[in-house]
Amino acid sequence: MNAVDKRRTGLALIAFALLILPPVRHALQASMTAQMLLDIPLLVACGWLLAAAVPHAVRSALAGWNHGGVSGLLLASVTASVWMLPRALDAAVNDPWVDAARLVTVPLLIGLPLGLSWPRMGFVVRGVFLAELIATCFRLGWLYQISPVRLCSRFLLDDQQRLGTGLLVAGGVLFLYIAARLLWGNVASRDSM
Amino acid sequence: MAIARTLLASLAILAAGATAFGYATDSLRAFTSEAARRLEIQERPRLVPTTAALESADGRRLDFSALHGRWVLADFIYTRCPTWCSVLGSEFAQLERQLSDPIAAGQVQLLSISFDPDHDTPVRLADYQQRFGASGQGWMAVRPADSGARDSLMRVFGVTAVPDGFGGYVHNAAILVVDPGGRLVRVLDADDVRGAANFVRGRLGP
Repeated sequence: MNAVDKRRTGLALIAFALLILPPVRHALQASMTAQMLLDIPLLVACGWLLAAAVPHAVRSALAGWNHGGVSGLLLASVTASVWMLPRALDAAVNDPWVDAARLVTVPLLIGLPLGLSWPRMGFVVRGVFLAELIATCFRLGWLYQISPVRLCSRFLLDDQQRLGTGLLVAGGVLFLYIAARLLWGNVASRDSM
Repeated sequence: MAIARTLLASLAILAAGATAFGYATDSLRAFTSEAARRLEIQERPRLVPTTAALESADGRRLDFSALHGRWVLADFIYTRCPTWCSVLGSEFAQLERQLSDPIAAGQVQLLSISFDPDHDTPVRLADYQQRFGASGQGWMAVRPADSGARDSLMRVFGVTAVPDGFGGYVHNAAILVVDPGGRLVRVLDADDVRGAANFVRGRLGP
């Protein structure tokens, strides 16, 4: 493990240790907005950084099953679709076991596979992933903003609408960033295949 | 080779993912907690505990066993509520008139349960009913006698009340149907008076 990998692993573990502190959990679960825009992305980031801790032997063994990063991307997408359900946001507050399941699966089944797969993804796979990520932000954001009914029993309607706005902003920022990279930057994957 | 194995891994992930997603959504039938509550109650009716002591607006003590033998249309309210509970209050007054015959025959009971028993004293419960012109025949307002009774009733009925930041609550208002055997069998939309009346009439027979 080189110095950069060590630093990333350490950062992942420290961030995770902070995220599981009871007061932090309480704060991050207090609103739909915090759950979707802070808790889940931070847990994903922990898993992504943790990819640096995976030994090279394991990494190359996995790579044989992960051509172009497709399997990893699929695993992350499927897991994310479960945690984005309005039911799941309620359940994480109501049931500590559901929250524990989220603390384990979001880093290990979303962040880690993405961290391992991203360097293996070609231009097209990355493009599909990012376009779908932006579209999901817009779709969910729009749904949460216009829905006149509360989709979660544990949260208030204004929280839901705030999350809607937050998701639209996140999708918009991501879109502008990608557009800027496409126009002025280098988007081809440097170390693919 | 790597492509074939990736395909295999992807198919396995998709199969496992579809299973997990199906489990998490009751086979794609419930994406929200409210839908899940309704589905679960409809498929697996719950026995309402008879241990939860209630106190009515006229100061009587009772529990759910006193209501056995009747169809009960129940709702959860707090009397300070400016929104849903006012709607439900006038709806229950309406139901009391619409269902006056089965009520007089002792086949139907309307029941409003306060989830804010500290504030909703019997006097306030009576005020709440009078606001909507209750005749007092078939509509009873009660509060749980203690917080244990309140918690167990809210759990069984699947009622969630969240502080709204202005001293009140936001809650998943609904009309809850308890059958003569004391089992919670259905959750109906809070604004569907006609549906609630028809549901009960349909089960009483001619």
